[in-house]
Amino acid sequence: MAIFEQKKTRTAPSNTQGIIPWIRENLFSSPLNSIMTFLGIVFLYWIIPPFVQWAYIDANFSGTTREACTSGGACWVFVKMKMDMFMYGFYPQNEIWRLKTALGLFIVLLVAFKFIRNYKISFLLLNIYFLVAFILVNGGFFGLEHIPTDKWGGLMLTVVVAAVGIICSFPIGIIVAFGRASDLPIIRSICITYVEFIRGVPLITILFMSSIILPLFFPEGMTFDKLLRALIGITLFQAAYVAEIIRGGLQSISKGQYEAADAVGLSYWQKMLLVILPQALKVAIPNLVGAFISLFQDTTLVLIIGLFDLLAMVRITAADSTWLGMETEGYVFVTFIFWAFCFTMSRYSQKLERQFDTNLR
Amino acid sequence: MHILRNQKIRGIIFQLLTILGLLAFLWYIGSNTVANIEQRGIQTGFDFLNGTAGFSIDETPISFSETNTHARVFLVGLLNTLIISVIGIVFATILGLIIGILRLSKNWLVRKLAAAYIDIFRNIPVLLQIFFWYNVVLKSLPGPRESINLFDTIFINNRGFIIPQPHVNTTFIMVTCSFFVVFIIVFFINKWANKRQEETGQDFSVLIAGLILLFVVPSLTYFISGANFDFDYPALKGFNFQGGKSISPEFLALTFALVIYTATFIAEAVRSGIEAVNKGQKEAASALSLSEYQSLKLVILPQAIRIAIPPTINQYLNLIKNSSLATAIGYPELVTVFAGTSLNQVGQAIEIIAITMLVYLTISLVVSAILNWFNHKMRIKDR
Repeated sequence: MAIFEQKKTRTAPSNTQGIIPWIRENLFSSPLNSIMTFLGIVFLYWIIPPFVQWAYIDANFSGTTREACTSGGACWVFVKMKMDMFMYGFYPQNEIWRLKTALGLFIVLLVAFKFIRNYKISFLLLNIYFLVAFILVNGGFFGLEHIPTDKWGGLMLTVVVAAVGIICSFPIGIIVAFGRASDLPIIRSICITYVEFIRGVPLITILFMSSIILPLFFPEGMTFDKLLRALIGITLFQAAYVAEIIRGGLQSISKGQYEAADAVGLSYWQKMLLVILPQALKVAIPNLVGAFISLFQDTTLVLIIGLFDLLAMVRITAADSTWLGMETEGYVFVTFIFWAFCFTMSRYSQKLERQFDTNLR
Repeated sequence: MHILRNQKIRGIIFQLLTILGLLAFLWYIGSNTVANIEQRGIQTGFDFLNGTAGFSIDETPISFSETNTHARVFLVGLLNTLIISVIGIVFATILGLIIGILRLSKNWLVRKLAAAYIDIFRNIPVLLQIFFWYNVVLKSLPGPRESINLFDTIFINNRGFIIPQPHVNTTFIMVTCSFFVVFIIVFFINKWANKRQEETGQDFSVLIAGLILLFVVPSLTYFISGANFDFDYPALKGFNFQGGKSISPEFLALTFALVIYTATFIAEAVRSGIEAVNKGQKEAASALSLSEYQSLKLVILPQAIRIAIPPTINQYLNLIKNSSLATAIGYPELVTVFAGTSLNQVGQAIEIIAITMLVYLTISLVVSAILNWFNHKMRIKDR
């Protein structure tokens, strides 16, 4: 017969309040943990002080020429002097106010959206904004000088490519997602082929195709702008990913919703647009933001087909004979911009995810 | 009922119209293409593959010279793509696993460092990372004569890394084979241990046994086969290194960037896999008085893997596709040499880009097939 042996009582838990117990609990709870903490501190010490030294303490901020950079740290003067290039590429100096106006209008629009609750008006305003922005940036109307797209560049080009990519790919993506979920076998297989093809090849091959092969598809004399060709490629690429995300959203909608919509006698498009899509989009929005982040990162690829986006500007500005060897500063600056954009968006998508998560319960 | 009100017939008509529209579009671009090609005097067909390439390639896993054909260029490019992909996948998996586990560490500092790593590197475009490694980090290394010297065996300079290259002799082949033998043995030990665990509940540490085998078997083989490792060591002669195997900065930049970028996504997959396991499972395991290690091995990981593997395999696919960015720095993989240099020489864009896309499509399809097989095997078996 087993004899009951009382185990030793555990000691009372150590004090968990205050800073020192917190440190003990979270940094030195075991020998292994102590070693890891130590290694972590060494790593931080190895990375952060030199970087701060280079980027801030030893850095040069004032001045206008290379000669102002004497202290051996980063030469931010370079970035300061080339700021217009980084932001607007080769856009003519006198016309930059147009880009600033377009940006200003966008901020006004965002503020206005806070107050306008009617989505039809919002949608209309958004479309008007796109028209106005296009006229401002491209010119050619109302006496504004036409600026050819080979002058566009820098962050502005990056934003244009990303914005056009996401906006144009959205309707295509929705239609393809509907097609993939449809009962009609031919429509479904066309949509599946499209999505799987695009998702199976790298973006760069699609950009090569749109920049080299696309002109062959159309009759002689019909020319496409280089930027337009890149935009077509990016849009077709992004549409496949958007379609796949929306399909995920569609799948999460219960069958009862479809049946209920049929039961009240809605047509196919009424059913999809008024009942199914709004619910599917709600599920899909965090992933759509994620897709937008990757698109924003993928815009850098346009430099391979010869457009001057923000990343390409580093090489161009550092090739200036008065500023040779300033690539490091350029890359660090551009890295920070890309990072700031993508990080903000990814935090936003996490926030949305949490919001929708609680709503569903 | 009117014929157009019939759902089925409407469906058929709609599909017919779509097909007609698609065919008309294809015919339109097809005929335009033919006309354009004729007018520009571009050749068609795949004969160019047998034409002489007339350019050299810096890094070739198989022998290649200017007199070789474009078909061989394709092969060299494809092999380089596969090499960079395999190496990238292996290291990204290791790094991703480590970061993913550190991300869940009990140590606050380590946890935050892992989170910072993920937040920083996944939000920087991979092409920018490639440029950063190539144009900033690797270019700022000292020249060949002032190379960073690691124990006279590895040299690091701005022309890449130079490492000793083993001569392929009996010992080398035997030791290499012994590693594969160990993997096969461990596979069977694992099977046996799982079976025994299910039958008797007794635990057998495959990990420790595997590590011991991994150490013992190759070293035994080494001594049995003559203890004759023969390395070709690099040495500085004049302005450059002779001997050894040099790894180009292009390759290094691409590998670093792809590994560091992809590892962030794999780490997130690992983390979300482990976190997705229901808390109740952990509590149930500890209620059954399983030790921390047992609960991880027998309860948490089998469930976490099911969730973590599919996104990880998708990341492998992304890594393979992203390896095409090599074209921006000139590492001679498929897109650089075949869709780049060969295309410029031959000018047959349609054929070359079609072949290139087909290669990536095939790889994608194979990887998705593996993924589907995995999902099928790992699906929860309801009883």
